[in-house]
Amino acid sequence: MEFLVAAAIGILTAGGVYLMLRLRTFPVVLGLSLLTYAVNSFLFASGRLVLDAPPVLGAGETYTDPLPQALVLTAIVIAFGMTALVVILALGAYLNAGTDALDIDKPEPRNPSDR
Amino acid sequence: MPLALIAALPFLGALLPGLMIRAGRNSCATATFATTALALLGILLHAPAVLRGEVITQGFDWLPGLGLNVNFMLDGLGMLFAILILGIGLLIILYARFYLSKSDPMGQFYTYLLLFQGAMVGIVLSDNILLLLIFWELTSLSSFLLIGYWKHLPEGRQGARMALAVTGMGGLAMIGGMLILGDIAGSYDISVILTQKDAIQASPLYLPALILILLGAFTKSAQFPFHFWLPHAMAAPTPVSAYLHSATMVKAGLFLMARLWPVLSGTDAWFYLVTGAGLITMVLGAVIALFKDDLKALLAFSTVSHLGLVTMLLGMGTQVAAVVAVFHIINHATFKAALFMSAGIVDHEAHTRDIKRLGGLRHLMPITFTIATVAGLSMAGIPLFNGFLSKEMMLDQAWQTGMVVAVLATVGALFSVAYSFRFIAHTFLGKTRDDYPARPHDPGFGMWAAPAFLAVLVVLIGLFPKTMVGPLVATVSRAVIGSEDLPYYSLAIWHGVNPALFMSVVAVGLGLGLLLAYAPLARRWDDARRPEAKVIFDAIVERFAAGCARGLTLALHDGAMTRYLAIFTAAVVAFGLWAFVGAPHEAGTRALLPVPALPVVAFVLLAVATVLLVAIHRQRFLSLIVISIIGIVVALGFIYFSAPDLAMTQLTVEVVTIILLLLALNYLPRETPAESSSLRRLRDGVIAVAAGIGATALTYAILVRDLSIPSISGYHLENSYTGGGGNNVVNVILVDFRGYDTMGEIIVLGIAALTIFALVEGLLQGPASRFLANRKPDLPVAHDRHPLMMVVATRVALPIALTVGVYIFLRGHNEPGGGFIAGLVVAIALLMQYMASGFAWSQARRHVDYHALISVGVLFAVLTGVASWVFGAPFLTSTNEYVTLWPLSPVHLTSAIPFDLGVFLTVVGSVMLALASLSRIGRRAGEGVNLSPMDVDPRDAPAPDTDRETH
Repeated sequence: MEFLVAAAIGILTAGGVYLMLRLRTFPVVLGLSLLTYAVNSFLFASGRLVLDAPPVLGAGETYTDPLPQALVLTAIVIAFGMTALVVILALGAYLNAGTDALDIDKPEPRNPSDR
Repeated sequence: MPLALIAALPFLGALLPGLMIRAGRNSCATATFATTALALLGILLHAPAVLRGEVITQGFDWLPGLGLNVNFMLDGLGMLFAILILGIGLLIILYARFYLSKSDPMGQFYTYLLLFQGAMVGIVLSDNILLLLIFWELTSLSSFLLIGYWKHLPEGRQGARMALAVTGMGGLAMIGGMLILGDIAGSYDISVILTQKDAIQASPLYLPALILILLGAFTKSAQFPFHFWLPHAMAAPTPVSAYLHSATMVKAGLFLMARLWPVLSGTDAWFYLVTGAGLITMVLGAVIALFKDDLKALLAFSTVSHLGLVTMLLGMGTQVAAVVAVFHIINHATFKAALFMSAGIVDHEAHTRDIKRLGGLRHLMPITFTIATVAGLSMAGIPLFNGFLSKEMMLDQAWQTGMVVAVLATVGALFSVAYSFRFIAHTFLGKTRDDYPARPHDPGFGMWAAPAFLAVLVVLIGLFPKTMVGPLVATVSRAVIGSEDLPYYSLAIWHGVNPALFMSVVAVGLGLGLLLAYAPLARRWDDARRPEAKVIFDAIVERFAAGCARGLTLALHDGAMTRYLAIFTAAVVAFGLWAFVGAPHEAGTRALLPVPALPVVAFVLLAVATVLLVAIHRQRFLSLIVISIIGIVVALGFIYFSAPDLAMTQLTVEVVTIILLLLALNYLPRETPAESSSLRRLRDGVIAVAAGIGATALTYAILVRDLSIPSISGYHLENSYTGGGGNNVVNVILVDFRGYDTMGEIIVLGIAALTIFALVEGLLQGPASRFLANRKPDLPVAHDRHPLMMVVATRVALPIALTVGVYIFLRGHNEPGGGFIAGLVVAIALLMQYMASGFAWSQARRHVDYHALISVGVLFAVLTGVASWVFGAPFLTSTNEYVTLWPLSPVHLTSAIPFDLGVFLTVVGSVMLALASLSRIGRRAGEGVNLSPMDVDPRDAPAPDTDRETH
């Protein structure tokens, strides 16, 4: 089971990194989301994998580590804020520059029919 | 007055000029003057004790672990410099009041001046070398501001930059040297270091420490080969030049050498390095000074030369030479400040300080002429003026050191005579001209009072040295040589016929001769090809510093973000691999969990979805659907591994994220063009797979091992109920144990939302606005934008959703839930209204501002924390109580509830503000305003086939 989780995190990371290396903003945002899943899961996994022991007192005999959960909970919410900010930046860049290309070494003229 | 207060006074006073300038230039100058005078008074009150031979030490520990203590010490040496800095500071403040024109921002000037003054006083009063280093760096920074005061002049800016680069570099070296020195001595307190002479000089690290410290002192005091910055700093207003370059900043290096003289001097390395640099500087500076036509440049190089003279004396390592050095520091400060101020007066009145355009000013400016002549003769070393006394003693010391030193010292003195006479003769003597740029005349009393006072001192010290400065020189000398017994020396005009007198006569005679032959000599000098220090400096900066920086930046950051993301990821993987290979490992011992079928299915789903996402990422809508599958699998994983709170958060965040991306995609291209080459895709694939394998390996390594040290979580589990009053430990951690973190996090979230709002605001005003207004939707728009079914469903769902939100909020402390999740649930419920009934309709029914929600939320959280103070507990201490409100069941009230409420409000406000901002873009893009909740009124049957789209 541990290997499955580790492999899932690895797959998410690989997909995230690949998409973040694309040349347009939207795939980069998608890559960022994938990477967020990977990082959050990784942080969560640092509390080790425990079944049927939620850290709610009285719910069971043993409890899993609550601290990574608390950290990841806020991380998920903050990640939303970050994604929203990046999306607006990408949108603003596209609306102002007429291109959603990421690198400035390949300027692309604004498509006149776009306007 | 406590020494710390004296050092702090100028810094505190630096706040005044900016305020007082509103009351006029006189009040501004008065405030500055009063601050400085108060500090000087503080020093003078200690003077009797110091002159009796006491050393006053005061201080407190600041960072004792680092050996950084705020220890101040006032001995003779520190007192002399403090009096020079503050006393001449007073004169400069007076002079600057009349020198600066109405258009110069005087408040700024005095603020910079006081900052600089404070830093200098700090240096000379410090008894801790780390503290001294802090003040040392402050002088570099504040002098940068002063030298570049006339920001509109390129020379001023360049001069300031050069001074900062050179002295800053030296300061950096000195930090290293001081740390070594403190390490050898076992303490960073100067009073302790001064007792460790034998240990320091025997240490193998003595030489590196010496070289590094001397680098700092030489750059600050403009010693060869770092002398070139000083003349360029002359682009500053004259009061700055007179202050920094006669009495204070350039003397800081001398001060440091004198301060550490007892422990560093006396070795061969010290002698050759310090005397050598001093001697070269003295001769070189004097020769160059003779051929400068700019009055201030002449004085600048003369200063370089005189600093060299003092350095040379300190380098000789004998006690008498140190006494002479002290005496010359006093003399030089008096006559050089007077000369700078005279040059400033000439510049101010004649509108030029080019010697070639001056001459014959003695009848037009008799007062300035008298002051400049007295100070100039002192600089030349003519008897009856104070410069003569110390120069004579210096020549005597040079004679006793050796033939080479004696000859070179005489050459230096000779050129010194020549440029001093040139300063007087070519400016004031000769025929009165009729082509001055302005009509020169003596300035008002305010402007010549300061230099006149100094000129009087020059004469008085020259005539009655023992009475005027005898006790001071003795006290300071005791401090410098670190011994109670002073060597024999005599402060007198006449020492009998001796070699020094002979050298003096030769210097004066040949110096006058040089001046008579000046015209042909100057032609030769101008024709000669000389290395220009500024060109060399600029070349070094350009080639090495700027070149390297630019090369490195362009190699890594060439504007292609994908490039540096690739470099970054590859580097992280490489470092991880390196760390893994280079360390020993043992196999993990933790028992592994079994693998049932369901998780395997989920894993396959996740893997397939991720691969699919990568494969079809160009189809942007499709990829959004695929990514939501991944999000749900992750949420399921959280449930499976005992994290219900996380699963709820993940699910709700997933919903708002997808809505957000959908909204954004509405205005972005629908597809990503295929533009990367297959080679590039291969490269990216290799990097991505490597990163993935790395992440897998790292996670697996963690998962198969137990914690090596006990975690803090045990404490949280034990105290969650007793201390935090809640059963849901995750929630208690969020709102109680780690409440401070959570407070920071909701603030970040709020800032992100406000930034989004501001960005959209800017977007709607710029060119994007026109683009949006003319934009045609690239997909057919639904005719029925607000379908009946959806409108009704969301209306009915709203109160239920809100109730669920409240329920999740209230139960959060004891069962999965809490402010974050409740906030997200409520935000989704509200978002559904926007989606179903349209932006305008929902906006019109919204009575609470989202900005206000965010700020009220943060305020709630902060006030909850502050409330603890009222009960005398630390910030964010919680308390809890069970309360039974009939007819309800007992309710558990904790002080964390208002905090969680703050979290809830901030989350709702932030999510809504972010998405509502995006919707505003939609309005601009031509989305029609819907007056009724539905485009199609169900009462009008059959539905009319009208299109009310207004794009």
